[in-house]
Amino acid sequence: MRDRGGAHPPLVELTLARLREFVREPEALFWVFVFPILMACALGVAFRARGDEPVVVGVIGRSGAPLVTAILQRTPGVTVRTLGADEIARALQRAEVQVVVEPGTPPVYHLDPTRAESRLARRIVDDLLQRAAGRVDAFAAREAPTEAIGSRYIDWLLPGLLGMNIMSTGLWGLGFSIVHARTRKLLKRLIASPMRRRDYLLAQLFGRLVFLGIEVGALLLFGHVAFGVPLRGSIALVLGTCLVGAVAFGGLGLLVASRARTIEAVSGLLNLVMLPMWVLSGVFFSASNFPAPMQPFIQALPLTALNDALRAVMLEGDGLSAVAHELGLLAGWGLASFAVALRIFRWR
Amino acid sequence: MTDRPAVRCRGLVKRYADVVAVAGLDLEVRRGECFGLLGPNGAGKTTTIEILEGLTPADAGEVEVLGERWGRGRDRALRGRLGIQLQETQLNDKLSVEETVRLFRSFADRGRTIDEVLALVELDAKRRSWVGKLSGGQKQRLALACALVGQPDLLFLDEPTTGLDPQSRRQLWDLLASYRAGGGTILMTTHYMDEAETLCDRVAIVDRGKVIALDTPRALISSLGAEHVVEFAVADGATLDQAALAALPGVGEARLEDGAWSLATPEVHLAVPALLAHLSAQGAALSHLTTHSATLEDVFVALTGRHLRDA
Ligand SMILES: Nc1ncnc2c1ncn2[C@@H]1O[C@H](COP(=O)(O)OP(=O)(O)OP(=O)(O)O)[C@@H](O)[C@H]1O
Ligand SMILES: [Mg+2]
Repeated sequence: MRDRGGAHPPLVELTLARLREFVREPEALFWVFVFPILMACALGVAFRARGDEPVVVGVIGRSGAPLVTAILQRTPGVTVRTLGADEIARALQRAEVQVVVEPGTPPVYHLDPTRAESRLARRIVDDLLQRAAGRVDAFAAREAPTEAIGSRYIDWLLPGLLGMNIMSTGLWGLGFSIVHARTRKLLKRLIASPMRRRDYLLAQLFGRLVFLGIEVGALLLFGHVAFGVPLRGSIALVLGTCLVGAVAFGGLGLLVASRARTIEAVSGLLNLVMLPMWVLSGVFFSASNFPAPMQPFIQALPLTALNDALRAVMLEGDGLSAVAHELGLLAGWGLASFAVALRIFRWR
Repeated sequence: MTDRPAVRCRGLVKRYADVVAVAGLDLEVRRGECFGLLGPNGAGKTTTIEILEGLTPADAGEVEVLGERWGRGRDRALRGRLGIQLQETQLNDKLSVEETVRLFRSFADRGRTIDEVLALVELDAKRRSWVGKLSGGQKQRLALACALVGQPDLLFLDEPTTGLDPQSRRQLWDLLASYRAGGGTILMTTHYMDEAETLCDRVAIVDRGKVIALDTPRALISSLGAEHVVEFAVADGATLDQAALAALPGVGEARLEDGAWSLATPEVHLAVPALLAHLSAQGAALSHLTTHSATLEDVFVALTGRHLRDA
């Protein structure tokens, strides 16, 4: 038993110091806990009512317009707006209308074919006008709506937000506090003491993990209560995946902060590391949208692995063996970054 | 073992891009003594002390601290025997005084309890305050507490009392005296001559990365050949002859700087009347006259022709 004069072991004291520093910084709390919930809320609301969104059709005010308007307005879910001939481009650009009908024989449809809503609206309008002009449907199909829980956008989005949050709190949290300590020469003072260097870096990582449970729990609970996002796999596996992810991004945070001397330098580096993952790793839209040659690179990114694993467990109820590959990749990122950071770390 | 010096360095050199911060510096600090490094800004004191602390690698030279060398696999054990206060460290603002001391205590394998250390630096009343809310002097004392917490054999202090009020300085001096009474060794830098004269057994005057004088404060002052310094200026910029002034009875040396004369005088009671007689014979009127006991500052001026503060 060592004589520590009433202090805990160094690793514990260093971790406590990190936690205290964190909770005594109210801004940090906001970014870690409140921001992701606000984000989920905003995105959830924006995409929730997708199915019953009205189709907004612009009709050019000229002869024939009243008839077209009357036909379209008979159908529930279609809204008509009368436009001047010079307003077509602007209304489409601003997405105020999805398609514009120029009455005539035959009528002209103005639309932006790169937008799915625009193409869909064109087909609805076309069907209605064709039927009114006498086209007869060959048959009337019956619709069987399915229970959509688990396959809505918000269900897909939430695990991605969780992954993104673990990435940004790991990278920003560690990156900033370390570079801050370096610019104040606090790191130099620490290595002038008999502290073990490894202990300091480990404590930064552990400090991160303590709050992970709250951070993850808050977002999961919010998703469940507000949007009914399902959790089909084991909750222990979700938390375990988050933990391994936090180790990976904690390690990366240490690595990114290992040499930078100024807050500006580390901010630039952090953006450089995070931006590709925001875009490529399937947070807001699926990573499979990118061309095949990029896929090996995308699949090797830690955020892709984390998002894939979280979606598999939460939405498909996969077990440990199904996500073992992703977890291994994340652990590898964490260990390798930590080892390199420890070697190249600048203490003064 | 105990006869080996606490610190020994030979031929220390440290270069930065275009400056030579330390230019072949030798030092030996004996066990149990308080050794002072004195010198103007940029003389290389901090660089030297940080090389000795094993924080900055030297370009050349040998360092031995408490009989050990840095980088031989025993650095951590050696650090456990040192107490270090850096010239510019800001401890974590968001931790309390007690939490900070506790953190540093946890690194050491031996030493005082946290309560003892807080009492020692008289910060018990502030133990729950955040570091960011302390005054400059309280921060200095906290830095000292962190250095003392492991009961070090050797204390490195880089300008420990800069920015303190006179009373806090005196408190700190008492603290250092009691540390030494327990057998500790101190290597410190300072810009305060009175501090060096009060605390240090020996001082080295450093200029441009080299030791230019080394002895006890008393011996250095008496090497001036004068116990006192008379400073005066004459009105209307009248010119005086340096040789004639130096030849006055009771005057050792005369020096003109920025229109002000200073005379090194072993015997003030002879020098002042002789000076007054000389001035009235020359028809020059005094605009200013002071005398003070010679200090290390005067030693520095005599050695380099510059003042410590603005050299
Ligand atoms: N990291 C560095 N990079 C470049 N130059 C440096 C560095 N550290 C010190 N120097 C230079 O080395 C010289 C000695 O600096 P040092 O800090 O040792 O002086 P000092 O005697 O402690 O001065 P002070 O009394 O102002 O504290 C100075 O000219 C300084 O500009
Ligand atoms: Mg200095």
